[in-house]
Amino acid sequence: MDAYLELTDVEIAFPTPTVPFVAIQNINLKISKGEFISLIGHSGCGKSTVLNIVAGLYQATKGGVILEGKEVNAPGPERAVVFQNHSLLPWLTAYQNVELAVKQVMKNSSKAEIKDWIEHNLKLVHMDHAMHKRPDEISGGMKQRVGIARALSMQPKVLLMDEPFGALDALTRAHLQDSLMEIQHELNNTVIMITHDVDEAVLLSDRIVMMTNGPAATIGEIEEINLPRPRNRVVLTEDAQYNHYRQQVLSFLYEKQAKTEL
Amino acid sequence: MKLPLFIEPYANLAKGHNPKQQILLIFKQLGLPIIGLLVFLMLWSGAAKNIETSLGNFPGPIEVYQQFNNLLDEHQAEKERAQAFYERQEARIAARLEVDPDFVPTIRPYTGAPTFIDQIKTSLFTVFTAFVIGSLIAIPIGILIGMSDGLYRAVNPVIQLFKPVSPLAWLPLVTLVVSALYVSESPMFQTAFIVSAITVLLSSIWSTIINTAVGVATASKDLLNVSKVLNLNPWTHVTKILIPSAIPMIFTGLRISLGIAWMVLIAAEMLSQSPGLGKFIWDQFQNGSSESMSRIMVAVLVIGFIGFLLDRLMLVLQKFVSWDKSAVLR
Ligand SMILES: Nc1ncnc2c1ncn2[C@@H]1O[C@H](COP(=O)(O)OP(=O)(O)OP(=O)(O)O)[C@@H](O)[C@H]1O
Ligand SMILES: [Mg+2]
Repeated sequence: MDAYLELTDVEIAFPTPTVPFVAIQNINLKISKGEFISLIGHSGCGKSTVLNIVAGLYQATKGGVILEGKEVNAPGPERAVVFQNHSLLPWLTAYQNVELAVKQVMKNSSKAEIKDWIEHNLKLVHMDHAMHKRPDEISGGMKQRVGIARALSMQPKVLLMDEPFGALDALTRAHLQDSLMEIQHELNNTVIMITHDVDEAVLLSDRIVMMTNGPAATIGEIEEINLPRPRNRVVLTEDAQYNHYRQQVLSFLYEKQAKTEL
Repeated sequence: MKLPLFIEPYANLAKGHNPKQQILLIFKQLGLPIIGLLVFLMLWSGAAKNIETSLGNFPGPIEVYQQFNNLLDEHQAEKERAQAFYERQEARIAARLEVDPDFVPTIRPYTGAPTFIDQIKTSLFTVFTAFVIGSLIAIPIGILIGMSDGLYRAVNPVIQLFKPVSPLAWLPLVTLVVSALYVSESPMFQTAFIVSAITVLLSSIWSTIINTAVGVATASKDLLNVSKVLNLNPWTHVTKILIPSAIPMIFTGLRISLGIAWMVLIAAEMLSQSPGLGKFIWDQFQNGSSESMSRIMVAVLVIGFIGFLLDRLMLVLQKFVSWDKSAVLR
């Protein structure tokens, strides 16, 4: 089977006044359509860098990314990004933020169609009750929901999420994870999500990609998560298989790639 | 509902919340500025008595106040005279038309000397024209150079070079250029008006350009990435991302520019003899009557007060335009 999204031998070297700084190296990954991938690794190893290359915001200095047979070399709405700090435009309401994205991808649609689609996406993330509020009038979790709605509304081929729930409290986070699983079940998006949270990775992913420490970070191990869906977080805590996966990831992070210098 | 800050203590006082504290607050808000003004007036009138000039004593607050009323009266009288002039003219034309129905009347304008109020109006009109045109030039330039680091580096030396130039240095050049280029049979504007407007514009646009550029250049990286991912076209990028990000800085620049514009205008009018408050002061100075100093002092105070009002006006405009209504602006 041909991969839907393929990263081949990706390397990036950031220019510095002296020698270029090689942040990531030898990244090879094949992702099939509808797959949910988590990227996990210690802070500063280069997770965001990988995501930004797939998004087209950074250019790989070696190797490259191919999506549906086409090389990626610029950002575009078919690779929507959910940023860590929501990145909503503070001067626009939730509705207008989503509208900005929708207008980019539905250029030939009627006003009514556009309106319906915006409202549909806000409903999907349970934000239809606060559509006309600005980001500073809603909570952190709600902002993140709007960010997700904005990304989903573009019907991207790949959804890229950089620690989407990182800044949220545990309860809100669990809530959003459940929402995300629901949406994923419905839409079957191809997703790459960065996370620091081992439970989140195991709960949501089809595969967990674990990165070694930088500089020149690369993929250390890949863990395939064969848990049946829909998954229930409460039931899973008792599940031997689930705990085995957790243990695998934890051992990679804290034994094999333990951060010694901290 | 939240009350404006300056009313809050009165409301609290009325409700009887901690009256001692409310009175202290009111004293701070209202009492201290009044005391400050009173002390200033006392020092002024004290000092004025001891300053002897060729035109007599330096005017104190009372003389200045009297002159202010005189100037208003003169304006009123002049207006009545103009009114009467037009009425006489109309009567004459009506009488003539009765005799000769084919008569094509021409209305001659009244040509009295401009009063103090007329000069204020002229100055305000000039400063607004210069400021609006200047801003329409400065903001787009600022956005352009804020978007490109290379362009900013290229343009910055030129801006830094012209920013500190005094308007008086520009004036002769502007006068020469305008009188050379602006020749028309029936000029829409007086040359003097154009000269002072251009001088004001040249001295005041720089801070708007720089502040706009800085505001645009410091737009959040995340929002720029959003724009890239959404593939926003340049127009949407500028209007939806860059300008809203830069609004606070744009207004900082505009307020500085308007302040400079107002200061420069008075000097330009004085030097170029173009109508306005500057000319009013110069005429009074040339006049050298016993009232001159008081009249100049009236002009000084009015100039200061209008400058203050202009700044407040910009603040109101900023509050209106700004998306972040909770931001404290001062
Ligand atoms: N634009 C850049 N220029 C230079 N160096 C960069 C740039 N972006 C990232 N780096 C470097 O690349 C390395 C990886 O950074 P990256 O942001 O990808 O880490 P991360 O895994 O996302 O960390 P975190 O979990 O804290 O977000 C870091 O050492 C960082 O300093
Ligand atoms: Mg990161």
